[in-house]
Amino acid sequence: MKQIELLIVGGGPAGLAAAVSAYEHGVRDILILDRGDCLGGILQQCIHNGFGLHKFKEELTGPEYSYKYEQKIEELHIPYRLHTMVVDITKDRVVTAINEEDGVFQVKAKAVILAMGCRERSRGALNIAGTRPSGIFTAGTAQRYVNIKGYLPGKKVVILGSGDIGLIMARRMTLEGAKVEAVCELLPYSGGLTRNIVQCLNDFDIPLKLSHTITEIHGKDRVTGVTVCAVDERRNPIPETAEYIECDTVLLSVGLIPENELSKSASVALDPVTSGAVVNEYRETNIPGIFACGNVLHVHDLVDFVSEEAELAGIGAARFIQNGEQDEKAAEIPVNAAGGVRYVVPQKLSSKNDPIKLFFRVANIYKNVIIEVKDGNTVLLSRKKQKVAPGEMESLVLTPEILQKVHTGVTVALAQQG
Amino acid sequence: MEQKKLTCIVCPMGCTLTVTLDGGKVQSVSGNTCPRGAKYGEEECTHPTRTLTTTMKVEGKDMVSVKSASPLPKEHLFDYMKLLNKVELKSPIHIGDVVLKNIGGTGIDIVATKSVF
Amino acid sequence: MIFDVAVIGAGVVGGLIGRELTKYKLSVCILEKECDVAMGSSRANSAIVHAGFDAESGTLKAKLNVRGSQMMEQVAKDLGVSYRRNGSLVIGFDEKDMAIIRTLYDRGLENGVQGLELIGRERLKKLEPHLSDQVVGALHAPTGAIICPYDLTISAVGNAMDNGAELKLNFPVDKIEWAGELFRIYSKDTTIEARYLVDAAGLYADEIAKLIGEDGFSIRPRRGEYLLLDKECGSFSDHTVFRTPTKMGKGILITPTVDGNLLLGPTSENIDDKEDTEVTAAGIQKIIGEALGDMPEVPHRKVITSFCGLRATTEGGDFILRPAKENPHFILAAGIDSPGLSSAPAIAEYVTELLKKAGLVMEPNPKFIPLRESTHWFRNLPNGEKNKVIENDPKFGRVICRCETVTEGEIIDAIRRNPQATTLDAVKRRTRSGMGRCQGGFCSPYIVEILSRELGIPFEEVTKSGKGSYINVGKTK
Repeated sequence: MKQIELLIVGGGPAGLAAAVSAYEHGVRDILILDRGDCLGGILQQCIHNGFGLHKFKEELTGPEYSYKYEQKIEELHIPYRLHTMVVDITKDRVVTAINEEDGVFQVKAKAVILAMGCRERSRGALNIAGTRPSGIFTAGTAQRYVNIKGYLPGKKVVILGSGDIGLIMARRMTLEGAKVEAVCELLPYSGGLTRNIVQCLNDFDIPLKLSHTITEIHGKDRVTGVTVCAVDERRNPIPETAEYIECDTVLLSVGLIPENELSKSASVALDPVTSGAVVNEYRETNIPGIFACGNVLHVHDLVDFVSEEAELAGIGAARFIQNGEQDEKAAEIPVNAAGGVRYVVPQKLSSKNDPIKLFFRVANIYKNVIIEVKDGNTVLLSRKKQKVAPGEMESLVLTPEILQKVHTGVTVALAQQG
Repeated sequence: MEQKKLTCIVCPMGCTLTVTLDGGKVQSVSGNTCPRGAKYGEEECTHPTRTLTTTMKVEGKDMVSVKSASPLPKEHLFDYMKLLNKVELKSPIHIGDVVLKNIGGTGIDIVATKSVF
Repeated sequence: MIFDVAVIGAGVVGGLIGRELTKYKLSVCILEKECDVAMGSSRANSAIVHAGFDAESGTLKAKLNVRGSQMMEQVAKDLGVSYRRNGSLVIGFDEKDMAIIRTLYDRGLENGVQGLELIGRERLKKLEPHLSDQVVGALHAPTGAIICPYDLTISAVGNAMDNGAELKLNFPVDKIEWAGELFRIYSKDTTIEARYLVDAAGLYADEIAKLIGEDGFSIRPRRGEYLLLDKECGSFSDHTVFRTPTKMGKGILITPTVDGNLLLGPTSENIDDKEDTEVTAAGIQKIIGEALGDMPEVPHRKVITSFCGLRATTEGGDFILRPAKENPHFILAAGIDSPGLSSAPAIAEYVTELLKKAGLVMEPNPKFIPLRESTHWFRNLPNGEKNKVIENDPKFGRVICRCETVTEGEIIDAIRRNPQATTLDAVKRRTRSGMGRCQGGFCSPYIVEILSRELGIPFEEVTKSGKGSYINVGKTK
């Protein structure tokens, strides 16, 4: 069996940044496996701009952002295999994959970085009543048809869910000649970025129906319309508000789910809230030598943060490869979410010596709040925020000075101002 | 006097701005929390612009993604789409190549955002 | 060309009849109004091979269910169709239920079902630990099994075609004339001729029969909605678990599928519209409610898709298997509702007997090959064998559907093999591409591309499931 130092599953933004970071930290024997036609993953079909403002201080499109890393990979001669699907990973880090040239093959890696990304939640998971005609697409599938293949999936569109991909596709299909009749959002607020609501919906007078959902899809062969209802506070449809909207296409932008089937095969423990692995600050999972980063770990709204996180995984993997598995591990410090905070990544800390950035998401829209990091009743850090929203990932840095004060564990919670 | 309400997109705060105009001239911007918001409000009401990102045909290949090198006047986006949709490019195209110069006489070029070989 | 026999309807019944007939030196043609086989009741049902204790003793249903259940394992083996004898349970919650269960037990014995046993709560909980604590006992039928109904249909038609039968898709029968010696069967602007005709038209069997003047029965659709759960739930229940039947029907069942998913359903509702396959909010609620009653921890949030099937019921309640009164050369295979799938191999045998009695001369076909390579032959291979295939044809190394690990080679195989797939759904039914948790989100654009290339049709002409179900309206520019 082929032996290798670092194997990275997925050549999207997370995998590429992790590879570059591991290289820069001394790892030379790296292999990236990706199932797609090219590196960059989903960025290749995200042709809109808005990427890179944090990372490169310039506004890039998805393919341009990817290109920055592709260039780096070529420069550093980091090997990668395309059209290669990983089908199994064991907890001893034996990776089984399949492609056209090598057939089914196995590689034993000293360290593995999981960077498989996520998938879109599909119609089935939503239990929408009605028929099963053609014309129902997840926003990302429609994006591939329009941006890569150059085909228009439909002419009259209703979008369910106001996630960013849905908003982006509302504009994209409008520019290509389709009419977007409405975007329905079950919640009383949108999960998308404000700039996308303004530039993708408001610019084109596309109505955003908050607290609304599609209750039924009509049409035998192709979608002919949808029934849309307002929902009450408990998100139950109010039948009297039912409205029929004629359309030939339904796009779904109702959430992303980390793709952790391979992580499960490697016995990686998952966080039920993020649906991704439970990791420490270097994104190492419960299985020694297996790291995870990017959307497979938790769903990000900005690729810039994916890159940042992947760099940490790269460092972690490099250290693991150089130092081997440590017999004596320092006790891990748990990191918890409470009071209005849905989750925090990392979920545990393994050392107090380096500054640690905590990424987290809140459960609702809150105004004028204080974000508090506590150990028991001791407040370690607090920061005022005028507004926090579930759609925008938040972060806080714990310095080594603060970390030294931690004894039992860290909790991130919201408190009301004044 | 005319008042326009819009959502600021400079940062995630999403302030609701009220811009007061007189004969097309901005008199005041309110509702902003920072000076950047005031600037955004003023520009949005006088000459709103957007970076256009779309695709162009390439003979015998999948689409190539392109963008305007700088933001274009918002009210003419559909006109620029029409101009771009008429053109069929030939490969190879390199990322950053100007694929259409001076679109609609704006002085702004359209550049490829990926390579097609 | 004049066919010896034409079979109308390429469902599981028509498909297995077609295959049975190719065992003889006969020219056989299967006619189907849709763009693929298994497009009616055969694609959306409980996927169960019933043991045979349900049907009233003495009926065709009772006789053919037990016989079909006995035949199915071999048929499945020959056709390379996944089949698993997982056993079924009819669970009871109180003494009233247990009384009915004892009646089923007695009826099962009378029908000749093997291995039936009445079991108590303790044994039952051992067999299915997730069952509600309220259960008191059950009927255990170890011969109950599961199978994939559309795979069985595809494989039966494919094998019939491999043995010389012809399949005519997009052939809705509008008119039938008896010209003394033979039938003239009209569809749109084409006509075929056949000496004998079998009506296996499922929901439309009554309308086909009326074309030759037989109007003694009518088919009424009964809707059944289902929820299909993610593969991670496939081992939640090992047996097929039924509730005690009531006058309202069998209630909803919980069963693993041969592909490793968990299936919940069906609802049961008599309707008039033969095309009404809508899933309703009420139906979904009912399924989840009843499933939770049987198994309080059933992972109902892991639904990956929902669907609705229609069963072809008749007033009499029994299968209608006989020559038409108007014309003895016209054989009815109608009213095939539950246990139709379980009985299908036995129905095929029975109908073949009827044709013989009606005067069809049947000489064994020495060239008949009973075996068909499994639709899933590639995925079932060990890795070493897979590599030999990939070496010959690298496309088997290119994974297209990542949830179900389906390769381009398998998709091309489905497009080229009998009966050829020409739509996205047809590829899906043969390869399982798009049937996983992402429901085709990633792979469908690739499969559309492969279909376009292999069929030599423009990208935008590829459909989901035939006419009208277009996927793209055209090029953006």
